[in-house]
Amino acid sequence: MASEHSPLAQFEIKRLVEMNVGGLDVSFTNASLFMVIAIAAITLFLTWSMRGRAMVPGRMQSMAEISYEFIANMIKDNVGSDGRKYFPFIFTLFMFVLFCNLLGMIPYTFTVTSQIIVTFALAALVFIGVTLIGIFKHGFKFLTFFVPSGVPVVLLVILVPIEIISYFVRPISLSVRLFANMLAGHTLLKVFGGFVVSLGIYLGWLPLGFIVVLTGLEFLVAFLQAYVFAILSCLYLNDALHLHH
Amino acid sequence: MPQLNIADFPPQLVWLAITFVVLYFLMAKVAIPGISDVLESRQNRITSDLEEAKRLSEDADKAKADYEEALAEARAKAHGIVSELKASIAKEQDASKAELDAKLAKRAQAAETSIRAAKETALSHVREIAADTAKSAVAKLVAIDVSDKDVEAAVASSMKGDA
Repeated sequence: MASEHSPLAQFEIKRLVEMNVGGLDVSFTNASLFMVIAIAAITLFLTWSMRGRAMVPGRMQSMAEISYEFIANMIKDNVGSDGRKYFPFIFTLFMFVLFCNLLGMIPYTFTVTSQIIVTFALAALVFIGVTLIGIFKHGFKFLTFFVPSGVPVVLLVILVPIEIISYFVRPISLSVRLFANMLAGHTLLKVFGGFVVSLGIYLGWLPLGFIVVLTGLEFLVAFLQAYVFAILSCLYLNDALHLHH
Repeated sequence: MPQLNIADFPPQLVWLAITFVVLYFLMAKVAIPGISDVLESRQNRITSDLEEAKRLSEDADKAKADYEEALAEARAKAHGIVSELKASIAKEQDASKAELDAKLAKRAQAAETSIRAAKETALSHVREIAADTAKSAVAKLVAIDVSDKDVEAAVASSMKGDA
């Protein structure tokens, strides 16, 4: 087990309430706690800020409306009008990832999205969902997605396997991108935090200044990765709906 | 890396599924309708306000066109009155001028007539005086009493010769 001061100690799962249902470990962990906090915060934010239902929105209401319009426009631009019915899913995905990322920026919290199993589960959900949508919508024609049009037959021998591999790599790249960003950022913050202590009162200011800058960057990354996760989901959805190539 | 501890996977997956599904329903049933209602009512309000503004602007345009039409009409009317007035004044002036011309012509004619009469009188007197002078001159020169008839004939013939 890593020591309490290891930069990776922050990613350890701690079982707060041990639970077991039919041999399955369903313990309420620190990760579970922050998932619950995240969905509570999202719901509170979106309902409390809209409680006034003001014609001219205030700050909080503007933020809620901007979140809504941000995802609505993302779907409109990347998927089109038939993507509208997937709006609640993409919106939920974006808000969940964004709030998990942002909550992780608060000291002593747990970053849910720094767990590969969580990001992979979300990416797999997107991947499987999108693939099923494609198959239900197009049937066998969905397989033409792997055959680029306007390419000589000889090249297809090489291109079709590449297309298939790149398709199945999607959930891995989607999940690893988010996980690696969160892991790297939080580890770096922790490492430089350790430097502050070990360098002491005279030289410790240097890493401290670096942490301040890095924290700003991490807030950007927290938003950016949620955005990337949502927009890639939109693009995959668009591929499944329209089989563009 | 603690993230790769497979024993920790099941509780995370279970709780992720629970929280994500709960969040999805909260978003789909509560949060999203709430926001879209507000956005929609605002959009409707904006649309109706824009329509109202358009209607009012059309009304204003119409009022302006009416006003300009009335103004043009009034202008044309005023123009007509002025030109009518000008014409009648010119007519009056012409009439009075003609009257004056006629009066002056009449007067000039009368003056001419009187001048001619005076001239004729003067000319007839000239003949008389010439006859008298000739008679007295003859009497003085030759001491003959020439009869008036002869003198007058002589004057007449000399005047004829002059002419």
